[in-house]
Amino acid sequence: MSAALLEVDGLRVEFPTRRGTLVAVDGVSFSIARGEVLGMVGESGAGKSLTGNAIIGLLEPPGRIAAGSVRLAGKRIDGLPPDQIRRIRGRRIGAIFQDPLTSLNPLYTVGEQLVETILTHLDIGARAARRRALELLGEVGIPAPAERIDHYPHQFSGGMRQRVVIALALSAEPELIVADEPTTALDVSIQAQIIGLLRRLGAERGASVLLITHDMGVIAETADRVAVMYAGRIAEIGPVRRVLESPLHPYTEGLMAAIPAVGRDVDSLAQIDGAMPRLHEIPAGCAFHPRCPRAVAGCDRDRPGLVPIGGSEVACLLYRPEPGEAAHG
Amino acid sequence: MAEPPLVEIAGLKRHFDVSPPWLNRAVEGSGRRIVKAVDGLDFAIRRGETFALVGESGCGKSTVARLIVGLHAPGAGSIRYAGAELGPASPARRRMQMIFQDPYASLNPRWRVRDIVAEPIRHNRLLADRAAVAERVAGLLTRVGLSPIDGEKYPHEFSGGQRQRISIARALAGEPEFIVCDEPTSALDVSVQAQILNLMKALQRALGLTYLLISHDLAVVYHVSSRVAVMYLGRICELADTGTLFGRPRHPYTRLLLDTIPDLAMSGREREPVAGEVPSPIDPPPGCAFHPRCPFAEDRCRLERPELKPAGGAEVACHAVEEGRLS
Repeated sequence: MSAALLEVDGLRVEFPTRRGTLVAVDGVSFSIARGEVLGMVGESGAGKSLTGNAIIGLLEPPGRIAAGSVRLAGKRIDGLPPDQIRRIRGRRIGAIFQDPLTSLNPLYTVGEQLVETILTHLDIGARAARRRALELLGEVGIPAPAERIDHYPHQFSGGMRQRVVIALALSAEPELIVADEPTTALDVSIQAQIIGLLRRLGAERGASVLLITHDMGVIAETADRVAVMYAGRIAEIGPVRRVLESPLHPYTEGLMAAIPAVGRDVDSLAQIDGAMPRLHEIPAGCAFHPRCPRAVAGCDRDRPGLVPIGGSEVACLLYRPEPGEAAHG
Repeated sequence: MAEPPLVEIAGLKRHFDVSPPWLNRAVEGSGRRIVKAVDGLDFAIRRGETFALVGESGCGKSTVARLIVGLHAPGAGSIRYAGAELGPASPARRRMQMIFQDPYASLNPRWRVRDIVAEPIRHNRLLADRAAVAERVAGLLTRVGLSPIDGEKYPHEFSGGQRQRISIARALAGEPEFIVCDEPTSALDVSVQAQILNLMKALQRALGLTYLLISHDLAVVYHVSSRVAVMYLGRICELADTGTLFGRPRHPYTRLLLDTIPDLAMSGREREPVAGEVPSPIDPPPGCAFHPRCPFAEDRCRLERPELKPAGGAEVACHAVEEGRLS
């Protein structure tokens, strides 16, 4: 696909430990088109944040990319020296993290931080940079930006801080934004505001967004496509509506049925028994098979690859590559 | 209703003094700073129901939970349990237990699980001999979906969901009839959340438990509770049956909250973007605390604090609803 801005192919992230090598991200491949919002959803430990960090070159040692490639607009960005990836991160890729306080320096006003970022990445003067900082603050919905620009991070509420972080991520007009749980630390009413903001950014600026979250609701409201991760692998990837309304993978199915929803009157929620395996005990074959209600012979042996099924791709032995010929278990 | 409520809260208040030290106040010429975490609550919890308190951070819902179980002393007002005033040393305290949000912080990491679960039994002297305690602990672990041999392990050997099961087993060990659950599933992943919610419901049916559920997650509240009170800055703004509250929210804040629920069904409805944030409980707005964010606010809302009044099957604290400006 030539329109793809970001192409991740066979990404593998490993952690060497005394007890052997842990594989936290195992052969993850996906792409994001320009202007597209790709949601990446999964439970704790599924490897979604590590995938995001690997893309922006922020894997914490001893974690390392052991195989695969990351391409931004066709050029490989994995394995670049630190100063080069730093230039790309900020200029071409903006990052938004869960906790806005750790992304802001408490000793500088938000204006100083914005101006510094703008001056680092864009070829404009100090006065123009401040003008741009003001615009950005207004754009992300901070009231009275002319006054707020000289305030310190602690003078902002949680929701306002996250807006500042978004402004910071946008300051160099990046092509890609990697947002890792951007709304998790926020109250529901603020969460809705930030979701609206992210959605607008994708649409208005043509920026691509990789939205990492555990919250299906956020995905449903924001993303165009969604990748469901389980134990370091993509279980299913496809258009949001399709994946959420008619999931193919038994894990996605179980996950959707486990979410309580207002208006859905059920006595008990469907539950997937057990828990996601820890990294040192990922089973052979399909990582989900010990918990899978539809497991068949071979699931404990053959690791399924992603196969295209009617617009989605699913990694499950129940599905055969030829479209329309889904086998049933 | 023939049966009296199990828990009755009347005029409950709790303020916290968060002033800087005296010297700083004297130098800066600033006054005392008081957080009105709970500022006059009235509600009753019926036997066998799940009563939910919902609201955003800082609304005071966790303080209410702590006041009821006695982790904070009330500043004013009364808490009655099964008809009797609840004091610090009331025997009725033995009939209530609490489950906390963070299963990583609420279990002693140095204790074996069997000792953690046995503590309420030993503390309340429910069983005399060692063998009976061990048997009871094994039974409790099985009841919450763990295995009796898990009692030999330490908390760190368990996942978040399993730890929350241990917390539930510990709560049940005290043979409670009333359990306060403060965000019991907020720290858990959705598939694990479903397991814990199903377990809580099954236990309620089997043991006739009464729950007070504190939560910010409206979908969870809808799924498990029978009645709901919505809190905003230390006060209840609406109280109703779950069906009534979700089907026909009346208070503007309740409407706002319900409107923020992410739309999983993707009906494509356009959500009204809600402006503003919860103000600081240190200096809440006068009158109705919600008036600065309220699209229906009038002069009276800025001056006079609304009280909870019946309105079509619900109780609502809103002048606009009372005056019929808002139906």
